Amino acid sequence: MLKINNLHASIEDKHILTGIDLEVKAGEVHAIMGPNGSGKSTLASVLAGKEDYEVIEGKASFLDEDLLEMSPEDRARAGVFLAFQYPVEIPGVSTINFMKTALNQVREFRGQDTLDAVSFLTLMKEKMKLVDIDQSLLSRSLNEGFSGGEKKRNEIFQMAMLEPKLAILDETDSGLDIDALKIVANGVNKLKSKDNATIVVTHYQRLLDYIVPDYVHVLYKGRIVKSGSKELALELEAKGYDWIKEEIDATTA
Amino acid sequence: MSNAGKLNEQLDQLQKKFNEFETALNGSKGSIHATRKAAISHFLNTGFPTSKNEEYKYTDLSKSVGKSIDFSRDSNTDALRKGDLKNTQIKGLEAHELVFINGNFNADLSNFTDEDGLIVSDFQEALKYDDELIKEHFNKYAQFEKDELIALNTGFSLNGSIIRVVKNYKVSKPIVLRYINDVRSDQRQSFPRNLIIAEESSEVAIIEVYSEIGNNVSFTNEVTEIVVSENAQVDHYKLQLNDSQAFYVGTTQVRQASSSRFSSYTFTSGGSVIRNNLNVDQTGEGCETHMYGLYLINGLSHVDNHTTVDHQKPNSYSNELYKGIIDDKARGVFNGKIYVRPEAQKTNAFQSNKNILLTDTAIVNTKPQLEIWADDVKCSHGCTTGQLDEEALFYMQARGLSKESARALLLYAFATEVLENIKIETVKNYLEGIISDRLYN
Repeated sequence: MLKINNLHASIEDKHILTGIDLEVKAGEVHAIMGPNGSGKSTLASVLAGKEDYEVIEGKASFLDEDLLEMSPEDRARAGVFLAFQYPVEIPGVSTINFMKTALNQVREFRGQDTLDAVSFLTLMKEKMKLVDIDQSLLSRSLNEGFSGGEKKRNEIFQMAMLEPKLAILDETDSGLDIDALKIVANGVNKLKSKDNATIVVTHYQRLLDYIVPDYVHVLYKGRIVKSGSKELALELEAKGYDWIKEEIDATTA
Repeated sequence: MSNAGKLNEQLDQLQKKFNEFETALNGSKGSIHATRKAAISHFLNTGFPTSKNEEYKYTDLSKSVGKSIDFSRDSNTDALRKGDLKNTQIKGLEAHELVFINGNFNADLSNFTDEDGLIVSDFQEALKYDDELIKEHFNKYAQFEKDELIALNTGFSLNGSIIRVVKNYKVSKPIVLRYINDVRSDQRQSFPRNLIIAEESSEVAIIEVYSEIGNNVSFTNEVTEIVVSENAQVDHYKLQLNDSQAFYVGTTQVRQASSSRFSSYTFTSGGSVIRNNLNVDQTGEGCETHMYGLYLINGLSHVDNHTTVDHQKPNSYSNELYKGIIDDKARGVFNGKIYVRPEAQKTNAFQSNKNILLTDTAIVNTKPQLEIWADDVKCSHGCTTGQLDEEALFYMQARGLSKESARALLLYAFATEVLENIKIETVKNYLEGIISDRLYN
């Protein structure tokens, strides 16, 4: 589904991604871990099409289409979803209104009929249950004054509405207490199927207790330096990142 | 011709225009004529304000009006039919409607039903029978010595309306004052003058609507004086739906008595040069004042809002929110003054001006001014000017929204915050329609 080859990216002349190789197939869950500043969030942003980053080398394809050539909205419409680490607050635009506009543009792109107000509300109510989110919250300005947990639940709610093929969860666990974490993880798990894939970007292993990965990759200095099964995450939790840093720094020194 | 030469010529034109105006009055000059004469000579002494005048620093009327308006041209009224008015009709609004074409009241196009507690007269007619209200209130609040534009209007005061709402009466529907400059055949000038008296515990909503028909230049110099008596409420709307050839310079001068409430809504969607002076004097205790403004401008439009609230007595409140979206090479100017006099303890006064510039060539000059002499007060002001939030745009795009839709949605939300406070639903819907037409087309 997603193929990344030797991807390099920079921001303001700072070289952040230094050669990422990754393949994600339908039905898989990949975790991308790594110390702070290793490039995890950059990778997520580059895949979603954030213009601040410049891709200087390499390729990324999504469902055999050149992902890097697509605008952010076309990536979303084709089925890439980024759950933001810091969801943006947008005063004056309600989640409901925003989602209705977004979903209909996505559906149009996918060749589906647009939804009228009634069918939209029916769909919305069904998806709200997944993350235990209240309609009154969705009637308010998008993310404005939401708690950390509410923001993250709103991200997963939007994901449920848009039914992406590839979901990228960028530090979705940050700022969540354990109850909120369970709700969010539970929502993600219910959305999983053999036809879609998930990339979980996280610093801590904690989230992976609830969203169990098939593969774990360690990102360091802008590239994947180690890949393994879910046990790798446990090892990182127990031993920290220093042993990997030392191992890598020794070979590149 | 040099600009100075042009300006002198323009003042000559105005002198001549005044002489002709006097002749045309022919015996029906009314009690105010001495004031007119004093006002016009005051104006002719100084001329249109230049940027050297601090109040007109960013809006040099001597240049813009000086270049574009030829006061030697006559302003006869063209034959306007009812169908011509449709483009600025507010759909679904039940209202009294007074229509003025090039400043002249047009009874045929107007629509007014009698109400017991509401007395509306044509300014010109009222002058003929020497109306008491004119004697009592004319030039009392908007004093011509204070501002050249008030002086010019006072000099040519003849057309407009006098609206009186009697004690305890609540007017059943809004009163629309529709000003249309018919510039299909030539440029036009008009000098509307309104006097609005809301007596004790009365309530009224006034909606001024400005627009043009035709492509020539128009010049409107308006003064509206509003007296809000004790415990009365006046809602005043000014909808400036002007074309790119329109010049408007006007003053709304408000005097509030104790426990009165005044709300002002100024919406501007176009115009060549627009200058709005809004001055509110709170002369009693426990007054409440709301001032909302929205300017949505593009092309070469220049829109300047100058507002003043003068808190003179204790326990009063004022709140001001002005927002602007400025595109192309347009320019917005905001200046908001809040005075809190020594006696005006326990005043709460808030002011905010927010602008979004859509291009590198759009300009805004914003200046809040607070002068506070009392010590037990709560006052705040703030202004922001910036581009659209890139993070918000990306967030919305990442959900599948096109960049254009994301942009429009953000701007719509920014703009409509000001409209949330409009109490007349049909007016609110009407303005929302104008905003979305502008943003989505």
